[in-house]
Amino acid sequence: MSVLPLLAHSNADDIVARRGGESISLARFLVDVGRVMAVLPPCRHVLNLCADRYRFAVGLAASMASQRVSLLPSTHTLETLRQMAAFAPDCHILTDADPGQYPLPAVVFPPADEAMPSAVCPAVPRLDARQHVAWVFTSGSTGLPVPHRKSWGRLVTSVRATAAALGIDPTRPPTLVGTVPPQHMFGFESTVLLAWLGGGAFDASRPFYPADIVATLGRVPDAVLVTTPFHLRTLLDADLPLPGLEFVLSATAPLPTELARRAEAAFQAPLFEIYGSTETGQVATRRSATSAAWTLTRDVRLSIRDGQGWIEGDDMDAPIALADVIDVVGERQFTLVGRNADIINIAGKRTSLDYLDRQLAAIDGVRDGAFHLPDGGRDDSHITRLAAFVVAPGLDAASLRAALRERIDPAFMPRPLILLDALPRNATGKLPYANREALLAAHRAQDRMDTPEDVRLPSRPGESRITIAANHPAFAGHFPGRPIVPGVVLLDEAAGALALALGLDEPCWHLGSVKFIRAVGPGANMYLKWQQSGASGAIAFTLADDDGVIASGSLTPGGAQTP
Amino acid sequence: MALTSSCADETLIAEVAALVVSALNLEISPAAIAPDEPLFGDGLGLDSIDILEVALVVSKRYGFSLRADNEDNLKIFASLRSLADHVAANRGQ
Repeated sequence: MSVLPLLAHSNADDIVARRGGESISLARFLVDVGRVMAVLPPCRHVLNLCADRYRFAVGLAASMASQRVSLLPSTHTLETLRQMAAFAPDCHILTDADPGQYPLPAVVFPPADEAMPSAVCPAVPRLDARQHVAWVFTSGSTGLPVPHRKSWGRLVTSVRATAAALGIDPTRPPTLVGTVPPQHMFGFESTVLLAWLGGGAFDASRPFYPADIVATLGRVPDAVLVTTPFHLRTLLDADLPLPGLEFVLSATAPLPTELARRAEAAFQAPLFEIYGSTETGQVATRRSATSAAWTLTRDVRLSIRDGQGWIEGDDMDAPIALADVIDVVGERQFTLVGRNADIINIAGKRTSLDYLDRQLAAIDGVRDGAFHLPDGGRDDSHITRLAAFVVAPGLDAASLRAALRERIDPAFMPRPLILLDALPRNATGKLPYANREALLAAHRAQDRMDTPEDVRLPSRPGESRITIAANHPAFAGHFPGRPIVPGVVLLDEAAGALALALGLDEPCWHLGSVKFIRAVGPGANMYLKWQQSGASGAIAFTLADDDGVIASGSLTPGGAQTP
Repeated sequence: MALTSSCADETLIAEVAALVVSALNLEISPAAIAPDEPLFGDGLGLDSIDILEVALVVSKRYGFSLRADNEDNLKIFASLRSLADHVAANRGQ
């Protein structure tokens, strides 16, 4: 049986945390852990909502040292708290805020004890590697949070491997400054556990505005910034004078190379990204300014079966499917090729459209509804918000939003929220991507500055269907055995459909731009949606089918137009 | 609220409202934002992502950096009026 200490620090005056320029020693920390253990009620599960990172860490350590299991859901909406209570009815909240605001019994973090800890430093707790320490939840696709069991041994394996890959030196311990909360998997592993297991410290705060982040980084020695692409971009865009750092750590969404290079130049330090997930823990890193490939940090194996990436290792019960599409480029290296269609990521927060649709459907009075990630929403450099189409006679937009806010993370709140009389679902009951894009385009076209968002649209938006006949002459001679529709034919069909829909008589089209994104074969069934700009007359169009965009571009009609 | 020199006038409130709408590409008119309604949560429905984006635009436009200094991060954004007041009190003279 393997026994592992709670943290790597061993001397009573080793620094484990900092707050506002003050240092917090190992002795102080262990005394605080004992004080929290004394106030925890006789429960098996703890939902640790302390916003202060130090208090979170003390609460976590107190829970671990007393064989309690911490619950780490991905969001803290009212509905999630209720789901946690249903999952573990004995669960108590530990909070450093007003305990009256929660639907569960809550314990307040005890007030600070200013007395110096006695000369005798309490012993560092040691835990059986198999001890169940936490349930970490993902949003899953059933509408209920999916629990993932974390033993102390597995967390230690994951985070120690990261610490080694980053070259964290216990003789020169860094201070980790996180813009991410300790309750989310990345912040949990990369601020609290990385400091514990790497022998460093973390700052208790979670600075928010760029100027606050800069001030915090400037007052701690050997600072490391632990952040997300979104926070990093707003920080760099603020153009503030930045202090030099030991390194920068980013995760939750892939960081564009350009942003990684800017960050390295601005902080005079390397930037590392971490690849991991709630299911797998941290598994790989890359220095993003110089490498597109990720290098595994621990003894796991990658494989690709039927286009799906899998990861397996001795510390996992079964192979785990990755949320990203990967390409294995070396024995211990891989690159990211794309994301599985249903997984969405808004400013580093992940969920699935399925999950959101089920949350919508669960609201009283909602007859039908669907979330949609608008075209362009797969680019991580700008935050694209979700849209939602809802059929809910008798409900207005404000009450729908209030009900949704209880269920889903604010980052996923739909914008716009479009109320309709019916959804144009197809024969199999699906609302394909192209239909959702068309609904959104119709809403935007109709929208005027003073129009309220919840204006009711006709249930059938304008759109055209295009089918390429299987015996189209263009297939002859093109890629024998694997016929595809040539781009010129797609363009021709799109222009023809536009002329028909707009009542133009054989116009002379000027092609502004066109991008062919995906090949389609004979018999392809496509939707065409478009929007005409009033000023130039240019028509932006998108050709898509149920699997997504096929081609997009811009055409301007000229010449022989009907009056 | 006391009438001090840091209180925003109607012109500044309208200007900040326009800034919020354009920074976030909101599908509403600036005039539709009630000055005393909450900007986040149940009111306009902004979240911390929006607030960082607006903070950036405000700092560029008015030449000062927003700080929370361990206070509630969202206090400045409690309402359009509180944001405009904060701008009035901190903008470059």
